[in-house]
Amino acid sequence: MSFRAKHLLGIEHLGPDEITTLLDLADDYVRLNRQQIKHGDALAGLTQINMFFENSTRTQASFELAGKRLGADVMNMAMQASSIKKGETLIDTAMTLNAMHPDLLVVRHPHSGAVNLLAEKVNCAVLNAGDGKHEHPTQALLDALTIRREKGRLHRLNIAICGDIAHSRVARSNILLLGKMENRIRLIGPPTLMPSQIDQFGVEVYEDMREGLQDVDVVMMLRLQKERMDGGFIPSEREYYHRYGLDAEKLGFAKDDAIVMHPGPMNRGVEIDGTLADDINRSVIQEQVEMGVAVRMAAMDLLARNQRATPQEVMV
Amino acid sequence: MTPKILTNLRLIDPEAGTETEGWLRIEAGRIAEIGEGHRDGTDCGSKVLAPGIVDIGVKICEPGERHKESFRTAGAAAAAGGVTTMVTRPDTLPAIDSPETLEFVNRRAQEAAPVNVVAMAALTKGRDGREMVEIGFLKDAGAVAFTDCDHVTTNNKVLSRCLTYARSLGALVMAHPQEPVMSSGAAVTSGKFASLRGLPAVSPMAERMGLERDMALVEMTGARYHADSLTTALSLPVLERAKAAGLDVTAGVNIHHLTLNELDVGDYRTFFKIKPPLRSEDDRKAMVAAVASGLIDCISSFHTPQDEESKRLPFEEAASGAVALETLLPAAMRLFHSGDLSLPQLFRALSLNPAKRLGLNAGRMEVGAPADLILFDPDAPFVLDREKLRSKSKNTPFDGQRMQGRVLATFVGGTCVYGDL
Repeated sequence: MSFRAKHLLGIEHLGPDEITTLLDLADDYVRLNRQQIKHGDALAGLTQINMFFENSTRTQASFELAGKRLGADVMNMAMQASSIKKGETLIDTAMTLNAMHPDLLVVRHPHSGAVNLLAEKVNCAVLNAGDGKHEHPTQALLDALTIRREKGRLHRLNIAICGDIAHSRVARSNILLLGKMENRIRLIGPPTLMPSQIDQFGVEVYEDMREGLQDVDVVMMLRLQKERMDGGFIPSEREYYHRYGLDAEKLGFAKDDAIVMHPGPMNRGVEIDGTLADDINRSVIQEQVEMGVAVRMAAMDLLARNQRATPQEVMV
Repeated sequence: MTPKILTNLRLIDPEAGTETEGWLRIEAGRIAEIGEGHRDGTDCGSKVLAPGIVDIGVKICEPGERHKESFRTAGAAAAAGGVTTMVTRPDTLPAIDSPETLEFVNRRAQEAAPVNVVAMAALTKGRDGREMVEIGFLKDAGAVAFTDCDHVTTNNKVLSRCLTYARSLGALVMAHPQEPVMSSGAAVTSGKFASLRGLPAVSPMAERMGLERDMALVEMTGARYHADSLTTALSLPVLERAKAAGLDVTAGVNIHHLTLNELDVGDYRTFFKIKPPLRSEDDRKAMVAAVASGLIDCISSFHTPQDEESKRLPFEEAASGAVALETLLPAAMRLFHSGDLSLPQLFRALSLNPAKRLGLNAGRMEVGAPADLILFDPDAPFVLDREKLRSKSKNTPFDGQRMQGRVLATFVGGTCVYGDL
């Protein structure tokens, strides 16, 4: 088996073979999830703790369900309401949890790199469920699985990622993953929402959406957060929708069989037309959610296997 | 004190720009005689003798944060690192903004530090950019320069009056050139690396904008001005123009910006978080070239102790700064071994220029000068272990790195304060 990672902190340190291994296993879990009895025992007896320092409904539910379907004991910690507010540092919180011997720690944090820091201090497997503007690896993996199942392959595709690239960890993880799998990536958005020197990541950058969507196989839309719409980054919501909102007319520039993706939650009428989002012929947004559970089951399964394979250090 | 003769030396004279084999006699705390060739005395095995380092911008953390650093620990670190004069920063708690707090610093320095200590004072009360300090009284009490450190005064009216008033007393103002709105919240320099890591970033252009503003005010007021640490190639033409126009302007650079670049941050290593943030490799090379040409006058450590708690945080939240009194010389030796700078060039920037700019009788290799000298082996290799640093805080970016250059002895006023000569 070619999946060597101890933690899943980002796509950056994964090889193409590791990505393929994970997606192959996720395919198996998609089959399991579609049966009436959805139980596996890959994580039986293991403890999974979800630590979300930032609000999340969808990702947290997806991780929780993934763990439970594989038999793990899952605990959710709402970190915003807990000891962090009492002045405890991230490291102390991590050490406290570590002492309870969890096997899998799923962490979301508002600061880039915070999950890496935490992973250094605990001796269980850590999964990054999104850190600041850095990475969101399971999102990129579920997007990849969706594309692979829809398009029959995950290489040599033209893929457009549109919207607020600058503040998006989803975009970063996707750029890294799709680049490693040898696809052509186009980034579309206003220059105020592009990270600096992003052209050096082996991507093509477009400010005109119609030009950028020309002949693409996949259109990935990103969520534009409300707080970016106040005139600081873009003039207004309606001008953004006019120039960068995905509707049937703009999608007409993409290939006829191009699929439309969105990591959710959507702002209908801001970055995507509501009717288009619901169009089952083009939109794969619901499939993405389904793939999310399978990919997270696969990720936790593989990390747990690697953990069993390495002798545990005894912490005093 | 008995006269001491050191022989079999490589003598560095930064003023003449020479390195000669010879000997030196210390008497009554001063350099009494310098000669070429060999003479009976303590054989120093062909090691280098140079004027001790005059380090502008050392943070001692007294008063207010003595758990991070004290005059005793910083003094020991300085002696071991070849720094014979520490020029201390006023960004303490409270700030050094009155003759009374300055007097406290002077007294603590006297009783606890084995090297020379001269203090800088704040330019505005509480370093908050509103009211100027008692520049006259503070200067009389020994303040060698006035600076609000990394607090940039945004009110140009206040700053222009401070500069005008300082000029009337011949006081040197040291500033941190930066456009503070652009750089607020930034943890790294914008660019590919910042984008990959998803960290809040600032363009180096913010430094140039700050420097251009400052140069306009210096031109307007005629003040004596020193830029604490320039870090980007973008700033250099501005500095060059100001010097060519005859403004009384000098500039320094932080040793970390000469020896490290933004990629060293790697996987969010907070010991590499400094202010301004580390720059690109192109910027680093430009700064080294500017030291070689003399456009940049001084190299400093910007010794900034931070405790473990303030560094063991997510990168954005972690404190900025690095301890560097003990690593300044070995880090500088990287530039010597790479062939970028000669030893006389290095000591011009480490010792002679800082002393000249502050009007201190130091930094010279000449008869009659105070015997503030360091004997060191520029080749001696070692692996830096941060736990062995003398500073109370151990936040060095060089931990675990292979370095070259060890101080064998440090003399302050002819007394050996480090080593056994």
